[in-house]
Amino acid sequence: MQLIPCPWCGPREESEFHYGGQAHVAYPEDPAALTDEEWARYVFFRDNPSGPFAERWSHSAGCRRWFNAVRDTRTHELLSVYRVGEPMPALGEVNS
Amino acid sequence: MTDPVSPAQPPGAHLPDHPDFLWDDPDPRASYDVVIVGGGGHGLATAYYLAKVHGITNVAVLEKGWLAGGNMARNTTIIRSNYLWDESSGIYEHSLKLWERLEEDLDYPILFDQRGVLNLAHSLQDVRDSVRRVNANRLNGVDAEWLDPQQVKEVCPIVNISPDVRYPVMGATFQPRAGIAKHDYVAWGYARAAHEMGVDLIQNCEVTGIERAGDRVTAVRTTRGRIAAGRVALCAAGHSSVVAAMAGLRLPLASHPLQALVSELLEPVHPTVVMSNAVHVYVSQAHKGELVMGAGIDSYNGYGQRGSFHIIEEQMSAALELFPVFARAHLLRTWAGIVDVSPDASPIVGLTPVDGLYLNCGWGTGGFKATPGVGDCFAHTIAHDKPHRFNEPFTLERFTTGALVDEHGAAAVAH
Ligand SMILES: Cc1cc2nc3c(=O)[nH]c(=O)nc-3n(C[C@H](O)[C@H](O)[C@H](O)COP(=O)(O)OP(=O)(O)OC[C@H]3O[C@@H](n4cnc5c(N)ncnc54)[C@H](O)[C@@H]3O)c2cc1C
Ligand SMILES: [Zn+2]
Repeated sequence: MQLIPCPWCGPREESEFHYGGQAHVAYPEDPAALTDEEWARYVFFRDNPSGPFAERWSHSAGCRRWFNAVRDTRTHELLSVYRVGEPMPALGEVNS
Repeated sequence: MTDPVSPAQPPGAHLPDHPDFLWDDPDPRASYDVVIVGGGGHGLATAYYLAKVHGITNVAVLEKGWLAGGNMARNTTIIRSNYLWDESSGIYEHSLKLWERLEEDLDYPILFDQRGVLNLAHSLQDVRDSVRRVNANRLNGVDAEWLDPQQVKEVCPIVNISPDVRYPVMGATFQPRAGIAKHDYVAWGYARAAHEMGVDLIQNCEVTGIERAGDRVTAVRTTRGRIAAGRVALCAAGHSSVVAAMAGLRLPLASHPLQALVSELLEPVHPTVVMSNAVHVYVSQAHKGELVMGAGIDSYNGYGQRGSFHIIEEQMSAALELFPVFARAHLLRTWAGIVDVSPDASPIVGLTPVDGLYLNCGWGTGGFKATPGVGDCFAHTIAHDKPHRFNEPFTLERFTTGALVDEHGAAAVAH
């Protein structure tokens, strides 16, 4: 089983966590101004890369806090974890 | 029902021999009328119907690995058409009817075995949803019955119907015409027939780029050079997002690992197919005798063709509760495929904003059963540059218009 390093609790088993999909998807600033097309993009369309992907996790069976992670979707390897509000690390920093 | 195996024969002795050679292995030509990206079941079936029904034979199927080595080689082969909505009934029942005569059509054994499928209900809400689906199926001319626990036991005696388990069996829907087929044979049958009509099946040829002139697709770039194409049809299952991005298209899909596993060979014990959405396990017994079991998807996006171990643990505990007789069976191997899941658990099949580029994706965990149906409808879409009536509802635009085909209840992770 994969260990996921919670930024508060440290490495814990994957089954303690809940997956929250792509990170950094901001709620529209002016919702009333959005076209149907833009709403569709916001609600249904997410990145789905083969490679590094910034995503949200919740340590739901532990401290119950949300955090972000960059994970390589080809290998499942977690390249970095960081707290909500912190900027996504540049990939160069992640890989070093 | 399962093919009878006399005790004197080793398991699998009644299966047809493996063919030596079904297609040649050509180098790609400089151009084709139609280039199909992905040599899984969908790509091969599309090529076959393009040639057979529409007379379009200047076609190449490009496969980055070996023919039908993706999800086609990894799935649990469950075939059924008992989906909830009219749109889904249309395409899945069309497919089931084609399955029923595919062996003669391809002149090739595919071991389609209509042993029936039970979809178990474990809660009062499951029961209500299931009965609703049975009624919807009947209105659409799809065979379906509601069975109480005792009747479930008559169809499949090894199912545990004790009310004292964590997720008791409160009944099941039953589709008698549903079943399983031999996935490799299906691929080989389509491959051979397409090849005989002049289609080039090109392996070890990864598509790495899609060229456009304005709004029109013109060529694909591959690891074996540039290939000009009048039309390009995407059948890349788990990699749909990656391939579509080459043409500048963003898709509402998430790719997830999906696992399955098999036991050692056993005597015939399991006469049908049993699926449970609620506890995420589905079981059938292969023609040779292995128990074939499928699990739920891993929650996170992944392209690694390797799933998490805890999913298998959950699946095994669910299987043991439903089938206590499996307690001493040995697990032989596990594997994963990559499935592209759409927001409404329905596929996306049809035209794209790019002229000459056609999309077939989002079948998620359940596209094997659609292989003949989608092959036929997608070939029609490509040949006429407009959708067949059975794939007309499954547009990319539905995520903007809101005309979703929400099959989470009848599809989601169960196949
Ligand atoms: C474990 C598991 C169990 C399943 N069980 C069932 C089931 O019981 N019933 C059911 O109906 N469905 C089931 N499915 C789903 C079903 O297998 C898929 O929906 C279906 O196979 C998808 O269509 P396909 O056969 O064309 O895909 P695939 O066989 O995956 O074909 C896509 C092909 O595209 C190739 N490709 C990708 N990118 C490129 C590129 N850039 N260039 C060239 N080629 C490329 C891939 O190598 C692959 O061979 C299951 C799937 C899995 C993984
Ligand atoms: Zn924590």
